[in-house]
Amino acid sequence: MSRDTALVSAEWAEKNLDAPGVVFVEVDEDTSAYDTGHIAGAIKIDWKTDLQDQVRRDFVNKTQFEALLSERGISNDDTVILYGGNNNWFAAYAYWYFKLYGHRDVKLLDGGRKKWELDARPLVTDTVTRPATQYVAQEPDTSIRAFRDEVVAAIGTKNLVDVRSPDEFAGRLLAPAHLPQEQAQRAGHIPTAISVPWSKAANEDGTFRSDDELRRIYGDAGLDDGKDTIAYCRIGERSSHTWFVLQELLGHRNVKNYDGSWTEYGSLVGVPVALGDEPGEA
Amino acid sequence: MTAPTAAGCAAPDQAAPLPASLDLEKETVITGIVRSAGDEAVSGAYVRLLDSTGEFTAEVVTSAAGQFRFFAAPGSWTLRALSRHGNGDTAVTAGRGINEVSVTVA
Repeated sequence: MSRDTALVSAEWAEKNLDAPGVVFVEVDEDTSAYDTGHIAGAIKIDWKTDLQDQVRRDFVNKTQFEALLSERGISNDDTVILYGGNNNWFAAYAYWYFKLYGHRDVKLLDGGRKKWELDARPLVTDTVTRPATQYVAQEPDTSIRAFRDEVVAAIGTKNLVDVRSPDEFAGRLLAPAHLPQEQAQRAGHIPTAISVPWSKAANEDGTFRSDDELRRIYGDAGLDDGKDTIAYCRIGERSSHTWFVLQELLGHRNVKNYDGSWTEYGSLVGVPVALGDEPGEA
Repeated sequence: MTAPTAAGCAAPDQAAPLPASLDLEKETVITGIVRSAGDEAVSGAYVRLLDSTGEFTAEVVTSAAGQFRFFAAPGSWTLRALSRHGNGDTAVTAGRGINEVSVTVA
């Protein structure tokens, strides 16, 4: 994978809004932004209600994913262009998800909603409906998804990349600073994890930094190319952004996203936790 | 009814009242309004909270009345606003409770 296959620019998107076989999808945790204006022709996916199982703590299974895409009118052969707010966090999560279920052609809109808005590109409020399809998903590709036992086993052996903010890494904050801080679980990070906040990978307009800059950022942080990598954050969406950078832009292999992330790890009984700004010992 | 799911990361409505459960003796709230050079409130601006080293910490989008709000920790922060009308920065030294700040973009 590379930038050419995984990413499209706002310019490209604006020229291809009506291109046959191209489906724009806005993905957000809160879709109220979509309702006040979206890219022409784009449908919406709600991270919380469409992509998460509403009973178990897990995301939707293959059958539920097939039903969702069929109902929204996405077919197996469509080129899916994902974008969203929050610097594309939830769009990157959905991208990971489309890959997990084997969609052939999916790309992120570089800069997402923010770049589009700051460029003053047009947004519309039209209702978008697409004819239903018969979407067939593949079995989940667990080579890109990490579970908790694997994460515990990775301490001191694999690259663990904590992509939360430095204060969350150190245990001074439990959540991003735009959210109230009340939480039940322990603060800190997984021992031996390096801290590379997701935001290092993005410019302030939400676009991704250049490949050279990205390679330098992770290299300087001590990411060892020769080892497998697991990225995590608090709930798995910021780490999808970093998973996208490492695997899809820089072409690393064996990168997994730990979607259980800190809300799971920081609530586990008996696992090691490190506090402070250093990775800590295994 | 929507079943509870993992608490998300998207920013809540920036114009909503502070949650009643919020303990202002513990929380450090940094809040205010983004204004244009002509003193008009700027809605839809992206406000970034940068820590004392300039590292990105969080980002929200201003409400229709230009409001933003962060839940941070006591210390030195920079607010950087991006908008179609231009960008702007304001430094703040925040303590516990509510810290009011305004950011002008031009």
